[in-house]
Amino acid sequence: MKIHKALAGAFLATATALTASAAYADGTVNIYSYRQPDLIAPLLDEFTKQTGIETNVQFLKKGMIEKLKAEGANSPADVILTVDIGRLSGIANEGLTAKVDNETINANIPENFRDSDGDWFGLTTRGRVVYASKERVEQDSITYEELADPKWKGKICTRSGQHAYNVALIASMIANKGSEFTEKWLAGVKENLARKPDGNDRAQAKGIFSGECDLGIGNTYYVGLMQNNEKDPEQKEWAKSMKVLFPNSGDRGTHVNLSGMALAKHSPNREQAIKLMEFLSSGQAQEIYAEKVYEYPIKPGTKPSDTVAGFGEIKADSLSLEKISELRKEASQLVDKVGYDDGPSS
Amino acid sequence: MNELTDTRNISIKDKKRAGYLLPGALAFALALCLPIFTLVVMSAQGNLQSFLHIATTVMPSSGMTTILLMAGVGLFVATVGTVCAWFTTYFEFPLRKILQWSLVLPLAVPTYISAYTFVEFFSYTGPLQEFVRLLGGFTSSREYWFPEIRSLGGTVFVLGFVLYPYVYLSVRALFLLQGSNIPDSARVLGSSGPRLFFSITLPLARPAIALGVTLALMETINDIGAVEYLGTHTLTFSVFSVWLNQNDLAGAAQLAIFLLFIVAFLIFAEHVFRGSRRFHELRGSSQKTVVRKQLSGKQAVLVTGLLCLPVIAGFGIPMAILSGFALGDIALIFSPAITEAFVTTCLLGLAAAFLSVMGGFLLSYALRVNPTPGAKFMVRLATTGYAIPGTLVALGVFIPLAAFDNSLDAVLREYAGISSGLLITGSGAALIFAYIVRFMAMAEGNLENGFSKISPNLDMAARNLGRNDWQVFRTILLPLMRPAIAGASLLVFVDVVKELSATILLRPFGMNTLATHVYDYASQGRVEDGALACVLIILVGVLPVVFLVQNRN
Repeated sequence: MKIHKALAGAFLATATALTASAAYADGTVNIYSYRQPDLIAPLLDEFTKQTGIETNVQFLKKGMIEKLKAEGANSPADVILTVDIGRLSGIANEGLTAKVDNETINANIPENFRDSDGDWFGLTTRGRVVYASKERVEQDSITYEELADPKWKGKICTRSGQHAYNVALIASMIANKGSEFTEKWLAGVKENLARKPDGNDRAQAKGIFSGECDLGIGNTYYVGLMQNNEKDPEQKEWAKSMKVLFPNSGDRGTHVNLSGMALAKHSPNREQAIKLMEFLSSGQAQEIYAEKVYEYPIKPGTKPSDTVAGFGEIKADSLSLEKISELRKEASQLVDKVGYDDGPSS
Repeated sequence: MNELTDTRNISIKDKKRAGYLLPGALAFALALCLPIFTLVVMSAQGNLQSFLHIATTVMPSSGMTTILLMAGVGLFVATVGTVCAWFTTYFEFPLRKILQWSLVLPLAVPTYISAYTFVEFFSYTGPLQEFVRLLGGFTSSREYWFPEIRSLGGTVFVLGFVLYPYVYLSVRALFLLQGSNIPDSARVLGSSGPRLFFSITLPLARPAIALGVTLALMETINDIGAVEYLGTHTLTFSVFSVWLNQNDLAGAAQLAIFLLFIVAFLIFAEHVFRGSRRFHELRGSSQKTVVRKQLSGKQAVLVTGLLCLPVIAGFGIPMAILSGFALGDIALIFSPAITEAFVTTCLLGLAAAFLSVMGGFLLSYALRVNPTPGAKFMVRLATTGYAIPGTLVALGVFIPLAAFDNSLDAVLREYAGISSGLLITGSGAALIFAYIVRFMAMAEGNLENGFSKISPNLDMAARNLGRNDWQVFRTILLPLMRPAIAGASLLVFVDVVKELSATILLRPFGMNTLATHVYDYASQGRVEDGALACVLIILVGVLPVVFLVQNRN
């Protein structure tokens, strides 16, 4: 008797779960996003309020390209949002995007932040900066090159060299200074590490707070997230213990990465999707976005949030983003080659 | 009628049964190998230059890390699991009744959550170091030494404390099955204490230890959440960096296949280690009485303290760290996001557990009827999914199934003018299939173990008495296998509740589980905001685990 009930229950659950199918409907914009849903929710709510068009978000990091490829012509994806130029151009290079030639979007997004063929568009930039201990680091400017200087021996903390953000930074160094220089530089930075690379960018700020490191490499927006973390107020203390240095402000500028969007090649709701893309490029959306994620909006005339403005003026490296994404593989292999993630040899 | 003809009759009948059972099992096993086929096809598409890079720079160092991690975790879980099982089975001491089930609790904690909470607990700003600073009057981490949790050794502890229950469960089940006859006889013959443990108990427990350690190590090999967070660059970590940073899916697949060779070696080693030992129950009952030796005084306190340690570390620390955050969000427990994720998680878990156990039954029963090397190989191959990183299982399932969906759709459009769209991959079916592939080792292993305890004479006798296969199954095997079935389904259920990597990739649009809900926040380094869902994952997993142990008593 008991077994029969259990069996019946299991059958029912199985049937429900097997037939659970996608919740998308015609006219709803389906978004494949590298960006966490709660960060884009305020934007999408505003979009729905203005246009009456509903949206659906699928948050996905590992395997989005493979998934889009396999789904092919039946893919439900309309719009793709990414947080890194490598992924953005990767998707375009695989032929998974459709070209968009739209006056509004083109007017909003400057040419150097979008693909010349209209395969992808930037939305915000984030700087890869140096976090420095207020207490133990006196200088107020720095260069990436300087991080390999032996004077920092045992003082630098970073996350894994294989993280997309560091790979892009190393790729920009290859583009600016060549492979040979970059290999020596990376080996130098490795020897200056205070500990084996691990954690995320915030963990490096924590390392500065605890005294393990004097310098950390991290993205600008983490500082904003820490400064305003009501949930875990201790993080405010981490942020207070450090200052943001924009590397290479005196010469080529700070390495920036790009978050962006693209239209999926087989977008079933193309008309609505382009409306969403227009909205995302608008000044209003850019400001909501920038405020929420503490990044720099791209549309000329829009301002970063007060928190972000508080870090100081950023001069961005004008290196072509396509160049960086081409060099990512080489950069990642360099990380393996110098054994960056093994930490300092002594 | 002499005995000889009778036996011959049975063997002919056995062959007949194998006639329809084996092809079914074979087809099912082949289906489970789908991701492995996909990986092989993918890996063949690589180019030589990338392969050389991987073979010379990635494989040696991350291979070494993987082997060291496995050695550490293996030793840790074998020791902790066996010692705990031994004490709770053969001795009486304070809190024993509570400990015997709470020792399994860490199983409900996903490794990524365990890693996060261990770092919070042991890092500079955690309670432990704050205490050290208070004690020593230090103001900065440079003034004192403290072991680093983000290290290989730290990873061994993080994984070991959540994986030892596999050994504890299997060894304890074996001890309970043996009862205290053998240890009692040994005691009568003058063996006692450590000598009894090392010369009698341990050798007897070998097969069970091997089973538990194998499961723990397979989970260690495929883990990405904890190793990524703790900066331990195992082969699985490299699979992802090669794939995502070097855009080299073929290279990643090559590494994954290299991983499978390690697993094959592991299974082979288990086989050798387990030897040809078999323990059959001659009677139908699955329990013998165990007379526990009463411990007293210092000994009792020491043992209680020792056995509390794994529960505190594996379960207490994560719960303590998370509950603090979760309590602040307790009002959200009835929010649609959480309740939907909760229901979805339970449904997926039930469905996967049910289907996995059915499939596991098919495989293990086929193996029971036909224990040839070929059948064994087939079953082992079908259960290697447990050692493949979840994301790769997901891709390995998704790519061929989506190709099937698209071809079907194209044909229907062409000839019938209708579109079937993504029939399988657009629904929950692909996800559940991936769960079955991934957790078959859990289901099949437990069921095979259960079968091995039932003497084949029982079903033979029933068949001789004129029962047909279905009747034998219903009246003999099903009732006797109930504990094994319960164990297998609960373990699969718990694993599905914790599963993240395959779920993210394969879930239909808009479907969220508790684990993906946590990931939304954890991937931004905001675990505190996902703490409520973390706690729910653990609680959903805890209930079956407690039930499992109580049921076995």
